[in-house]
Amino acid sequence: MVNLKVKIHKLELKNPVTTASGTYGYGEEYIDFMDVNRLAAIFVKGITLENREGNPYPRMAETASGMLNSVGLQNKGVDYFIDTIYPRIRNFDTHIIPNVNGSTIEDYVTVASKLNGLKGIKAIELNISCPNVKAGGMAFGINPKSAKEATRAVRDVFNGTLIVKLSPNVTDIAEMARIVEDAGADSVSLVNTFLGMAINAETRRPILGTITGGLSGPAIKPIALRMVWDVYRAVKVPVIGMGGIMNAMDAIEFILAGSSAIQVGTANYIDPAVSIKILDGIENYMTRHGVKSVTELIGAMKI
Amino acid sequence: MKRVEDFIVINHKWLNYSSFIIELEAPNPLPIIQPGNFAEIEISNSPKVFLRRPFSIYDVNPASNTLSFFVKVIGEGTRLLGETRKGDKLSVIYPLGNSFSKPVSGRVLSVAGGSGIAPFILYGKELQNNRTEITFLFGARSADEIVLTDQFKTLGNVLIITEDGSLGEKGLVTQHSLFSNKKLPFDLIVTCGPEPMMKAIGKIATERNIPCEASLENTMACGFGACLCCIVPTINGNKCVCTEGPVFNIKDLKW
Repeated sequence: MVNLKVKIHKLELKNPVTTASGTYGYGEEYIDFMDVNRLAAIFVKGITLENREGNPYPRMAETASGMLNSVGLQNKGVDYFIDTIYPRIRNFDTHIIPNVNGSTIEDYVTVASKLNGLKGIKAIELNISCPNVKAGGMAFGINPKSAKEATRAVRDVFNGTLIVKLSPNVTDIAEMARIVEDAGADSVSLVNTFLGMAINAETRRPILGTITGGLSGPAIKPIALRMVWDVYRAVKVPVIGMGGIMNAMDAIEFILAGSSAIQVGTANYIDPAVSIKILDGIENYMTRHGVKSVTELIGAMKI
Repeated sequence: MKRVEDFIVINHKWLNYSSFIIELEAPNPLPIIQPGNFAEIEISNSPKVFLRRPFSIYDVNPASNTLSFFVKVIGEGTRLLGETRKGDKLSVIYPLGNSFSKPVSGRVLSVAGGSGIAPFILYGKELQNNRTEITFLFGARSADEIVLTDQFKTLGNVLIITEDGSLGEKGLVTQHSLFSNKKLPFDLIVTCGPEPMMKAIGKIATERNIPCEASLENTMACGFGACLCCIVPTINGNKCVCTEGPVFNIKDLKW
């Protein structure tokens, strides 16, 4: 029997496999396909203060080994989440981790305050890296000053584990990680999507309604992996890695690069049961390699 | 309940230069499939085809435990699906989406353009069981794009119109002589095909005060309500075509 348990600050995870915000709905979308209770955590769809209709169609462009999206945080707002969605999903035997968004620091603070103390919510993911909103989102995460302010302001109102989701659209992601760590983050998750675009040459029009969008999938994996390695060496807080993880070996690579836990994102669309296969594959890898605890693998790339 | 299963290709037949029928055998007894339901088929072996492709379920054969899909080649994904052979394995997520209304009396007009015929065999069978009369009106650019009419003729009256007049009447579907009738003898119009065609049919239906349902096709990443990519604006906000559709009553759409 291998030990799969990991810790993200005070948050105890039964294994390192979680699902990425925006790719896994609220977990309910997947119950026909897999046992969601086997996941360590579900990072649920991004939550804003008010109802958001999101961006116009088309919101998706398939690219080589990946996809661009410009969904734009469509959700019904934090009150709807607390009153209607959360009661339906709170009994899943997995951590529900809300992904907190805002157009202003006040928005972030209000959403985080509303979630603070909500029974069963032990952690939030502060999203300062959404590339698909006009105000806020990534704008906070690519500026050291605002990243620090947003993190500090939310830190002041949220008592549980504060995970800050970093944008890869920066010159030095390790520096951003250090800044949010100093501002009180208990963990960092990375990477969010890379800003990209796609054009239909025949019609000479952009494929996405918003022209640009966030690139995800295996196309970004090598860059995401390098960024996790950079950040792992720069901070003391645990790192949650993601970016194009399609299978267990990808997940192991992210753990070896320094991830204490991983998020499965775009792969969920192609195989809705992939996260369970990844979990089983990690266990199998550990057995093959005689690894007793997954913590032995974190940052254990041999150099 | 939705499933993801590996199917085996047991039949593959080209109908013309760009369309084919592919029949897939399920590994387990099939669940109930409603007319209008669709499936997400994984097409592997190409970095260009990263995501699954959604296809309307064309026919169901409980005796052989198979699903059939009517596919028109429009890009790399459908081209590769056209190259599959008997015995190949394909991962399928199904059944997805909602269904058309299934009246138990009266007369229904089904209007399809191009590959929009896909959901109407199952629908025609359902209405035949309900003893509801169905008329099919199919439009295409020319005769060679009109396929599978023999199968539709076993379920109802089939009217054809082509843009070049090479089969049936000449013109666009909305120009068919059927519509010159002041009083259209239908209680429901269902439509599937290019959006401009569906909108034009919707306009006729609204003018004649006949309920109308349209099966929409949007680009999807997942097909089961997780990615929020395939939205359509409705009077109640943005809705996912994959879970709240693909069939919508046109009065709910912001057309």
